[in-house]
Amino acid sequence: MPTEKPIQYSKSSPLLMRGMGEAISIQHISKSYKDVQAVCDISFEVQKGELFGLIGPDGAGKTTLMRILMTLLIQDQGKATMNGFDVIKDYKKIRNIVGYMPGRFSLYQDLTVEENLNFFATVFKTTVSENYELIRDIYIQIEPFKKRLAGKLSGGMKQKLALSCALIHKPEILVLDEPTTGVDAVSRKEFWEMLKKLQQKGITILVSTPYMDEATLCNRVALMQKGKVLNIDTPRKLVENYSRKLYAIKSKEMHRLILDLRSYDKTDTAYAFGEYLHVTGKNDEVEASEFENFLLKKKHTGLQVLDNEPGIEDVFMDLM
Amino acid sequence: MKQFLGFLRKEFLHIFRDPRTMIIIFGIPVVQLMLFGKVISTDIQNAKIAILDQSHDNTTREISSKLLSSGYFVLGQELLPGDNVEDVFRQGKVKMIVTFGPEFEHNLERDGKADVQLLADASDPNTARILTNYASGIINDYVKKEKLQNIQLPDQINVEVRMLYNEGLKSVYMFVPGIMAMILMLISAMMTSISISKEKEMGTMEVLLASPLKPIQIVLGKVTPYLLLSFINALTIILLGVFVFGVPIKGSFLLLMGEAFLFILMALSLGILISTVAPNQMVAMFISLLGLMLPTILLSGFIFPIQNMPLPLRIVSNILPPRWFIVIIRNIMLKGTGIQYIWKETMVLIFMAFTFIALSIKNFKIRLE
Amino acid sequence: MNEKVIEVHNLVKKFGSFVANDHLNFDVYKGEIFGFLGANGAGKTTAMKILCGLSSPTSGEVKVAGFDIYKETEKVKRNIGYMSQKFSLYEDLTIAENIRFFSGIYGISPKDRKAKQEILLKNLDIESAKDSLVGSLPLGWKQKLAFSVAIFHDPKIVFLDEPTGGVDPITRRKFWDLIYEASDRGITVFVTTHYMDEAEYCNRVSIMNEGRIEALDTTENLKKQYVAKNMDEVFLKIARNTE
Repeated sequence: MPTEKPIQYSKSSPLLMRGMGEAISIQHISKSYKDVQAVCDISFEVQKGELFGLIGPDGAGKTTLMRILMTLLIQDQGKATMNGFDVIKDYKKIRNIVGYMPGRFSLYQDLTVEENLNFFATVFKTTVSENYELIRDIYIQIEPFKKRLAGKLSGGMKQKLALSCALIHKPEILVLDEPTTGVDAVSRKEFWEMLKKLQQKGITILVSTPYMDEATLCNRVALMQKGKVLNIDTPRKLVENYSRKLYAIKSKEMHRLILDLRSYDKTDTAYAFGEYLHVTGKNDEVEASEFENFLLKKKHTGLQVLDNEPGIEDVFMDLM
Repeated sequence: MKQFLGFLRKEFLHIFRDPRTMIIIFGIPVVQLMLFGKVISTDIQNAKIAILDQSHDNTTREISSKLLSSGYFVLGQELLPGDNVEDVFRQGKVKMIVTFGPEFEHNLERDGKADVQLLADASDPNTARILTNYASGIINDYVKKEKLQNIQLPDQINVEVRMLYNEGLKSVYMFVPGIMAMILMLISAMMTSISISKEKEMGTMEVLLASPLKPIQIVLGKVTPYLLLSFINALTIILLGVFVFGVPIKGSFLLLMGEAFLFILMALSLGILISTVAPNQMVAMFISLLGLMLPTILLSGFIFPIQNMPLPLRIVSNILPPRWFIVIIRNIMLKGTGIQYIWKETMVLIFMAFTFIALSIKNFKIRLE
Repeated sequence: MNEKVIEVHNLVKKFGSFVANDHLNFDVYKGEIFGFLGANGAGKTTAMKILCGLSSPTSGEVKVAGFDIYKETEKVKRNIGYMSQKFSLYEDLTIAENIRFFSGIYGISPKDRKAKQEILLKNLDIESAKDSLVGSLPLGWKQKLAFSVAIFHDPKIVFLDEPTGGVDPITRRKFWDLIYEASDRGITVFVTTHYMDEAEYCNRVSIMNEGRIEALDTTENLKKQYVAKNMDEVFLKIARNTE
């Protein structure tokens, strides 16, 4: 298993250089339920106007961390602030300036699209028209369905409605808990495009997702697993700091390929990555030709052994 | 067959590993049996009666003493001829008044007959019937025994039975107040408890909590619709009772509705309290049904007289809000009492409502945990 | 390899006036890993339920494992395995108890069961946890266990409904190792997933949209047809085409 890597704060983040300040500050936060340590000594900051991703599978602690920031749970240890307000003492102030989209979207299934939006507007002491500009691009896509019950919407539409409801009061920080889980690939892409546009309007966005490929759409990400942060940086830096030499290998018989590679004593790791296998050699000292020769001897046809740039998923798996 | 056995085995494993199922299967029947056994008793003991003795002669004293030593009756009050019978009943101190006419013994010896009047509070017709039957039995028993001893004229003691407030001993007079209490309790408490638990289950509670809405706004927002609806319910029940079943409203209608309002408020607060502890709708419904409906039917005096129950159950009965409400309604509707006679019960309801509201607010979590 | 284990001809499923499945036509061959893709609400789950005998078609011919879905539903159920994200094993039973229960249902003799159980536990490297409650196991173990139990009775086809949702990347790939092993053993795997890289592991995929099958081919051919680098692009192009 890889050794523990120290958490690196991104010193070269362009937003930091602009000196815009912190929107979210998390210092040594820990939280456990019964015997399970949900969140273990986590510290990092999110700058104003950043699009920050929490990337990790179920059980990583993403939801727990977000609930603590949303003042819905109290941490066992540590301190956290949202726009300078403490999450325990100033919870009332925080609840006025943050927009929240929890898992499963939390819409009222038996109210219509319109009714849901109006309800959240009044709860935040505003009206739909007051901040309509902010949600217009999003809401326009579901407006034709405004009289439909929320329970009857497709996953993608529920997503858009929930986002609109979270934005209706022009929050300064937006916290989204797995907004793209269980939604089709097209809606996912559209959703991220909407987030990017919102970011341009100056809103700080904290998003969590289990989909590693979405990490590249963020300014910075924290890779999380089992309550701990594996690493934090811009996606690009994370990839740059990946220390292994990675090969992409394919042949006409993918399944046999992976079995053969695993039986090869010079292979360190070999994992399926769609069309190709991502393979590392022991001590990174193995040449491409060595793999080629071994596999040709095993009678693989259509063989390709290429140098490969790692992606976030490779980085994550290396850190696990 | 093997499939079936395999499935059977699995089901047993599930049952034994779930503490809740075990409680339902073993705990509840035992509780129910104990409750039913103790509660459904048609025997009366130590019912409070009053005796108006206008003769004070040997015979009346003997009869009185026989009544009071029977184990069925205790003396609640000695009455004097000037006392207002209606007041005595309104105060609720006695369930039956035994009246001996003047010159009782004299009349008996001279004419061979005398009159005894049994006046019973029939707002609870079952109890009234039983009490008058017992009393009549004891009195007639006495006559027979005396007859054997004094071989004289055929003695006759006429026992005149009058049922007050409910001449026809209509059971519906007893039921309507009880049903009203039960329905209002159930609807109000169960509905509010489910409403909040539903939000928790659906996950929308999370969004509400994270918003600037104050807990008091959420709670009141949940309670108010049911307040209005339950009030309409109460009105409907009363109107049906009056116009379809002929139950009278002898007292103030305004007072009646006022007490109903108070009761509803109390039940709603109880519902909120339940919802602060129940994590989901199923549990909320469970608590409401088991904790509210069953005890209400069995222990609130709705059907089975409270005074028949053993002491522990009577204590439990005192904790049940419907028990007090039923007394209030019966008094207002059937006896026509005013607030001066039911202020104690009203205070109990106010106290309960206040306690539930305070506890709910204290318990209502502004966070998820 | 050319034996058909699933034959679907003009399958239609309506709920009232809503057409969930609109004249589906496809076949699945023995030993294939068949990817059944599509957006939420496209009709995948509906079709899958029909193939598993959990729901009846409105019209059309459907044969699974050689048996007619209308007349021989029980025979179909005996010859298939099923695993979904929502439910797999009983959390309050141990691993051994779960295996025993499912063996009983599928008519596996105690002797066979014991032998197969040993192999299963060894394969997954969880011999020590045999008497632990499933609920106490880590998520990754549960997934792999659920799959192994689903194919315990060596069914002809195993249906997997989004089996890798929410699981970490390494466990996801270990899960697919198991799928490959099953396929090698001759078990046909019918899987739905939202991970587009997993689509690449399949022999053929079908992509559903609004109740119809928009594409059905090997991943190679689809990428050529839609001039796409990977399945993600294919999917997007198909979805955008039909808008």
